[in-house]
Amino acid sequence: MRFLFKTHYNQDIDHLKHGGDRFWYGLLLVLVAAAPAALGTFYLGELNLVMIYAIAGVGLMLLVGYTGQVSLGHAAFLAIGAYTHSLLLGAGLPFLLSIVAAVLVSALVGAGVGWIALRMTGIYLAIATLAFAMLTEQTISRAEWLTGGFRGLAVPQASLFGMPLTQGWQHYYVTLTLLVVTLLAALNILRSSTGRAMVAIRDSEISAESVGINLAVYKTLAFALSAGITGLAGALFAHRLGYLSPDAFTFLISLQLLLMVVVGGVGSMRGVIYGALFIGFLPQLLAIARDTLPPQIAQAPGLEPGIFGLILVLVILFEPQGIFGRWLKIKSYFQLFPLYRRATHRRQKTYLRTERLR
Amino acid sequence: MSYLAALDLSISFGGIRAVDDVSFEVEEGEVFAIIGPNGAGKTTLFNLVSGIYSPDGGSVRFAGRDITSLPAHRIAPLGLARTFQNIELFEHATVLQNLLIGRHVHRRSTALSHLLFLPAVRREELEHRRRVEDVIDLLELAHYREQRIANLPYGVRKVVEVGRALCLEPKLLLLDEPTSGLNPEESEDMGFWIEDINRDLGVTVVMVAHDMGLVSRVAGRVLALNEGRVIAEGSPAEVQKNPAVVDAYLGAE
Repeated sequence: MRFLFKTHYNQDIDHLKHGGDRFWYGLLLVLVAAAPAALGTFYLGELNLVMIYAIAGVGLMLLVGYTGQVSLGHAAFLAIGAYTHSLLLGAGLPFLLSIVAAVLVSALVGAGVGWIALRMTGIYLAIATLAFAMLTEQTISRAEWLTGGFRGLAVPQASLFGMPLTQGWQHYYVTLTLLVVTLLAALNILRSSTGRAMVAIRDSEISAESVGINLAVYKTLAFALSAGITGLAGALFAHRLGYLSPDAFTFLISLQLLLMVVVGGVGSMRGVIYGALFIGFLPQLLAIARDTLPPQIAQAPGLEPGIFGLILVLVILFEPQGIFGRWLKIKSYFQLFPLYRRATHRRQKTYLRTERLR
Repeated sequence: MSYLAALDLSISFGGIRAVDDVSFEVEEGEVFAIIGPNGAGKTTLFNLVSGIYSPDGGSVRFAGRDITSLPAHRIAPLGLARTFQNIELFEHATVLQNLLIGRHVHRRSTALSHLLFLPAVRREELEHRRRVEDVIDLLELAHYREQRIANLPYGVRKVVEVGRALCLEPKLLLLDEPTSGLNPEESEDMGFWIEDINRDLGVTVVMVAHDMGLVSRVAGRVLALNEGRVIAEGSPAEVQKNPAVVDAYLGAE
């Protein structure tokens, strides 16, 4: 076990707490930066997708894991980011400006949804956000003059600093950079009073109010932040798809995003990355499983959402803290060996609460 | 002009008048206790004063301001902090984080600067931590600093809640049953801390209590409630002897 002797408050505030952290995160950064040299086009593309999922996951985690507000409609913010980015890019805006605009538009819509949903919690909030996602999907498919409806919208070629982004590795580095920036921004929020206010709302609204936290402001802010970050993922997702149509942003995507947050580990940013890896490679596993299953089952409609739903239920039942929680247990098993006791990690309430005081 | 003044406060839930025309005045710097049997309306009165409920009638003035219609999050920055009878801490956060949340009203930077964690934000964080450590020292919480509330024993949680209220740097502290559920030793410590908070930090304290020993030790004046109404007011000794109070607790002969 590692014992840290703290001599300055800065040691609590810094992201990387000690030499071990600096070494391992540094190594991880070197590895992912070197990945294009080692991986083929297919796997690089898959890794790119995982990182896009991770960005969206950071957004959803801030809302679900840290503010305690459930959303079943984050596919809508993904869609809003993707369409805004593509349309602005098509109108001749530079890549970076168009991405910033996509983030701002998504954040603005998110603030609107958050403001309207202020009075709702738990299951009612989940239903309201689901309704919003369906509304968005319908609006996109009906507004043919703008989005092309089901005919679709081709995503224009992007170029960065005059260099056209055509290769997989170029997109990979753009996504990687934005993921790191997003993660740092989210962690910065969490180590300041804004993030603490969000955590306060998650754990007890009545106390949060009593220490002077304005619930309306911080819930709306959390929605806006979450939606903005998801919109950023949407803009990158647009390039991955190449061609946007409303059926790319269905309920299944919202469910996948929520699954990622829950499977990864609610209330942890590292969990987002684990969850994104899981979601990114699950379809591959399913494809392999399909080959071995009898065709009656393998070809059954709704197999994928069914399996996603099943995993979600099983994780909530048996490992509410997700992959990150499991990792913590394995770590403390080895650190405390042979004194580890299961009771150390007694089951606690999850953050997805359906009822509140008052 | 008194520091905290409630005038004819009333609130009903359904057909029940939980608080019925209650008036009282608290002077700056004193320790004021509210007693009464179960269901007397003590906690409801606290919820009215701290803005969790808004009254059906009457008004509350604090430090020369009418706070009757202000929501709870606007009352806290005026310097009014409170604790809860059934401990309302942030369960999944550490003691340190709970105390830092208590300093919310003292934040100066904006959410945008938090995204970038500008140097000014770091300076502010360091300042918060210094203040929080003072409270940790005062309440002897150093041992639990990094632990999550969910893993703490009941008695410590009770202290952390007082600590969180102190981090607000309040002028007036509302303590809702600070010693309920504590063992005699913990109760005695709590009594000393309430005296310290009142004398050394100069905080006016209003507390709801059942423990008459604690009340007679720390409180200067006592208000007794029964069924939502004031039945007696005065020094602890006077109130304890008051026939109406004896009736309320033990039943009329």
